[in-house]
Amino acid sequence: MLEHESTPNTTHSKTTGLPRKRFYRARAHSNPLSDSHFPVPISPSQFDYTLHYPQLFQSSDQSDGSKKIEFADIGCGFGGLLISLSTLFPNTLMIGMELRDKVTEYVKERILALRTSNPGQYNNVSVVRTNSMKYIPNYFEKGQLTKMFFLFPDPHFKEKNHRRRVISPHLLDEYAYVLRGGGIIYTITDVEELGVWMNSCLENHPLFEALSEDELEADPVVKLLNTATEEGQKVARNDGQTFRAIYRRIAFESNGKVKARTFCARF
Amino acid sequence: MEDSIMEESEQKLETEVAPALIAIHPAQKSVSVSVGSDLRVFNLQDGTGFKLVDENGGHKDSIRAIRYSKSGHLFVSAGDDKLVKIWDTNSWRCIYSVVSEKRVTSIAISNDEMFVCFADKFGVVYVVEIGDYHCENPALVIKKAVPILSHYCSIITRLEFSPDGQHIVTADRDFKIRVTIFPKNPLDGAHEIQSFCLGHTEFVSCLAFVNSQDYAQGYLISGSGDSTVRLWDYASGSLLDTCEVGAKAELLHSNGKEEEILPAITDLYATSDGLLVAAAIQSLSGIMLLRCDLSARTLSVAKVISVPGETFIPTSIGAASSVPLLWMVMGASSLHNNNSTLLVRVRVISGFTATSSKSIEHETSILEDREVPGGESLLEILQGKLSIGGEAFSTAAEAVKTAMRNLLIKKQYSAERREVRKKGRNDKKNQIVE
Repeated sequence: MLEHESTPNTTHSKTTGLPRKRFYRARAHSNPLSDSHFPVPISPSQFDYTLHYPQLFQSSDQSDGSKKIEFADIGCGFGGLLISLSTLFPNTLMIGMELRDKVTEYVKERILALRTSNPGQYNNVSVVRTNSMKYIPNYFEKGQLTKMFFLFPDPHFKEKNHRRRVISPHLLDEYAYVLRGGGIIYTITDVEELGVWMNSCLENHPLFEALSEDELEADPVVKLLNTATEEGQKVARNDGQTFRAIYRRIAFESNGKVKARTFCARF
Repeated sequence: MEDSIMEESEQKLETEVAPALIAIHPAQKSVSVSVGSDLRVFNLQDGTGFKLVDENGGHKDSIRAIRYSKSGHLFVSAGDDKLVKIWDTNSWRCIYSVVSEKRVTSIAISNDEMFVCFADKFGVVYVVEIGDYHCENPALVIKKAVPILSHYCSIITRLEFSPDGQHIVTADRDFKIRVTIFPKNPLDGAHEIQSFCLGHTEFVSCLAFVNSQDYAQGYLISGSGDSTVRLWDYASGSLLDTCEVGAKAELLHSNGKEEEILPAITDLYATSDGLLVAAAIQSLSGIMLLRCDLSARTLSVAKVISVPGETFIPTSIGAASSVPLLWMVMGASSLHNNNSTLLVRVRVISGFTATSSKSIEHETSILEDREVPGGESLLEILQGKLSIGGEAFSTAAEAVKTAMRNLLIKKQYSAERREVRKKGRNDKKNQIVE
C-alpha cells in the first residue's frame, strides 16, 4: 500500500485517489459454467484472512478463528454496496465475490484507496475473484454468514441459460448451508421476469421464509439495495422499477417439519 | 487453429473409452461385468451365464455405472446412452427404464430399495421411485426422474448412500464431496446439506463407507486424482486422516520412470467389518490394501498385492460382504488399434478379510483362473475369451488413464496459448482491428 502511494498511478483519479472505472471496463456478462483457472481455497480454513484484512489479522493470530466473514455480496460488481455496508457495520467482516477479473481488480484498488484516505476505516471489507456458483463452500463454513446479497444479477433471459442464474432452486440449497439460522438473503433486480423467478425460487424453498413488511421497514440494509450500487443508481436515474425478494434462512431443525409451520403462519 | 481442432477430435476419441466395471451380488449369487455397452452376468449358483431380457435391446452406448441393491433383488445399470435400466435379478428382466437428459455418470439405490438415484454429467442428481417392483406386469415400464440436488455444472463422479440411509453423498470433479440429508420424501428434493468434505486437491473419483458394530454410523473414505485416500467424519465434514497411497505405490512399484502426475485412485472397496480397504490405483499392477483403525481414526497402507505374470491394473473392484474374496476387473471399451475392441480380464483375491487376526500378511493370494468361483466358464462368459494377449493390457491401461484424465482434469493452457485463444474471441478481434 505504501508503494502504491509513492508511485503515481495513472489509473487512479488525481483528486480523489480512487481508481477510475474507464480503466477497468469489462464485459457485462461472464460465463459461470466455464472451467475456472484462478486459485480457490481448498476449504474455508485455508482462506487467508491476513491477506484480505491485514489491519485486523496479523499473521501470528491467523488461525485464531474468532472472527469470520459474515456478509457476502455475490456478484459485487464495482463494490458500491460493500463500501456503504463497511461503514454501516464497522465491526462485521464482509467480502465481495466477483467473477470478472478486471472488475475485481477495480474493487480491490478502490478498497485500498479508501483505506489510505480514511485511516481506520474500510478495514473490514475485501473482495475476491471467484465463481460463487461453484465454490461457495470453499469460502464459508456451515452457518457462517448472516447476510448474503444478490443485487442486479445477470438475468439470463433464454430458457436454456436459466441454469446460469445465480438464484436457482439447487443453488439455494448451498446458500442455505452457508447461512446461519435467521440469516437473510437479499435479492433485487430491475428485470421483472428475473424478479418473479428469484421470488418464486425462494418462496418454494423449504429452508427460506419471506420477511414481513415491518421487518423490511426496520432493516437499514434494505434501503441500500436501491441506492448504494452503481446498477441501482442507474435504474433510479432512468426512473426504472425494481423487484426485490428478501428471505430469511429458517433455523436448523430436523428436516421436513419446518416449512409446514411457516406455511401455517403466513396463511 | 488447425492443431486445436486436431486436439479436440483426438480427445473426443479418447473420452469414448470407458473402463470395464464389476459388481458382485451381496450374497455372491451372481457376478456382473460391463464393458462398453455390453452387460455380462454370470450365475454362480448354476455356473452359467444369465440371458438378459430387455424389450429395448440393452444399452446403446458405454455403461458407466452398475450396482446391485442391498438385498440383491435389484440391479441397476446406466451410462452414456442416457438410460438407466433397473433389472429384476431373479429373471434378469429389465423392469424399469428411465430416460435421463444427459449422460449418466453414477447410480445409487436407497437402502430400503424404494428409490434409485442417478447423477448426470452436468452435476444434477435425480431420483426415481421404485415402489413395489414385484408386480406381475411383464411389460417394461418407463419411469420419470425428478431432480433432487445439484453440484453446479460439475461432473458427479460417485453417488453413495450412508450405511444408515440418512444421507446421500456425492463426489465431483471440483474436489468436493457433499453430504446431503436424504429426506423421507425425496421427490420434493434434498435441500438440507449436512456437510462438505473438502481437502482433496484433484477430482474425487470414488467413495466408500467404513463401519462396524462399534461405529455403526461409520466414516467415509474417498479416493482422488490427487493420489490420496482420505478418511472423513462425514457428519461434520472434518478430515480425519490422509493416506498418500500414490507415493507409496510408486515406491513399491517403481519402474524407473518418473510420472509427472501422481496416479489417481480409481476404485475403493471396504470390508463389512470396516477394517480393510482395497484401493485400485492407476499404474499399480495389483491392488493396495489399507488398514482402517476406526477407534484411532487412521488409515494406513497394509500391503500391496501384485499380480504376477501380467500387467493387471484394475479398473473396478467389488466383493460380496459375506465372502472374503475381492473381485477385480480390468478392461476398456473401444480400443481402436486392437482387433478385439473390448478387453476384459477378471481376477480374484482370496483372504480379503482382517477379522481373523491383526495380520493379513500371509493370508491373501491371487487365485489362478481355475480356482476362481465359477471357474473357467465364468471367465469365458465375463471376459468373452479365456486368453488375452499381453500387449492388450498396456493399451487398455493407457487408454483408460487418458480417458479419465481428459474427462476429469481441467485443461491447463500455457500463458501464450491462453492469449492466442483470447485473440480468437469475437469481441477481441475487433479491438485488434482498431
